[in-house]
Amino acid sequence: MDLFKWFNRSASSKDIAKERLKLVLIHDRANVSPQFLEMIKGELIKVISDYMEIDEEGLEIKLTRTKREIDNSTVPALVANIPITRMKGHSNI
Amino acid sequence: MGEVIVVTSGKGGVGKTTTTANIGTGLSLKGKSVVLVDADIGLRNLDVVMGLENRIVYDLVDVVEGVCRQRQALIKDKRYTNLYLLPAAQTKDKNAVNPEQMQKLVGDLSEEFDYVILDCPAGIEQGFKNAIAGANKAIVVTTPEVSAVRDADRIIGLLEASGLRNPMLIINRIKMEMVKRGDMMNIDDMIDILAIDLLGVVPDDDMIVVSTNRGEPAIAIEQSLAGQAYRNIVRRIMGEDIPFMNFESDDGFFKRMARLFGLNKKKQ
Repeated sequence: MDLFKWFNRSASSKDIAKERLKLVLIHDRANVSPQFLEMIKGELIKVISDYMEIDEEGLEIKLTRTKREIDNSTVPALVANIPITRMKGHSNI
Repeated sequence: MGEVIVVTSGKGGVGKTTTTANIGTGLSLKGKSVVLVDADIGLRNLDVVMGLENRIVYDLVDVVEGVCRQRQALIKDKRYTNLYLLPAAQTKDKNAVNPEQMQKLVGDLSEEFDYVILDCPAGIEQGFKNAIAGANKAIVVTTPEVSAVRDADRIIGLLEASGLRNPMLIINRIKMEMVKRGDMMNIDDMIDILAIDLLGVVPDDDMIVVSTNRGEPAIAIEQSLAGQAYRNIVRRIMGEDIPFMNFESDDGFFKRMARLFGLNKKKQ
């Protein structure tokens, strides 16, 4: 029983499976390398930083699939999650 | 015009043939006319899973090449009212047929039957292209393993690229105890990753091995959990709204079993 608990202390194996799958599918889905995504990430930060302060550490960008609303079909999607820390003074423009 | 459904997976050994056999048998038990087509040329299996291996005279390639008429190659399953099998050729290889020929064959069959169910070979090569050529719906079978889910993802992409929109997912061989322990991906995990609609979840069930040994699809066995899952899948294919079995509840064994058998429709 103690041994069982010991195993449980680390992430459950299904979570490991899920994370590994998600990573490998990024490559499979669009044939893009992590470097390519890093490049997009860098460009995004550059553009957005002109308008707002963002949490670069928390920025997450990934390739996934999504249901398109018009016909409910599944399409690849680039999803970026960009936490904003502060707006810069352009909000009146 | 009947519906033409291809059962595919990418990875081998996840249960495509078993799924094809059970869905086909189930639809025929529901009064539909069904023809099962083994599209795995060179590696035929659907005949043994259906228990019809001793009755083969002609096969799919014979029909395509005009050696026999379509009717002559169809094997009637005498245990059910309107269920037929078109076996694959065993001695030829997958290049004996091309997608155009398959499209024609399947088109002809769909004029005679309510459902044409195609058992697709593993892989993404010629055999896969042949099998999906005439289909207007696709079912993707996967198991809760990284390799199977990865291949399913690839297949979903290929299906959509060939115009087979909105394939439906069957998650096969789920082990409830392992899911509860966190040692097997659950249904939500896989839906989250694959982002397609769920058609059904089939629990790991020893009865499948027994029924395959006998050549009798488990869907006809009342007390089989997998059989129950397949019966639900068949009803969903026919357009009914059937709640999914719940594999993750923490309550007692009997309650869980009750829910598995659809006696308790708490979830969804």
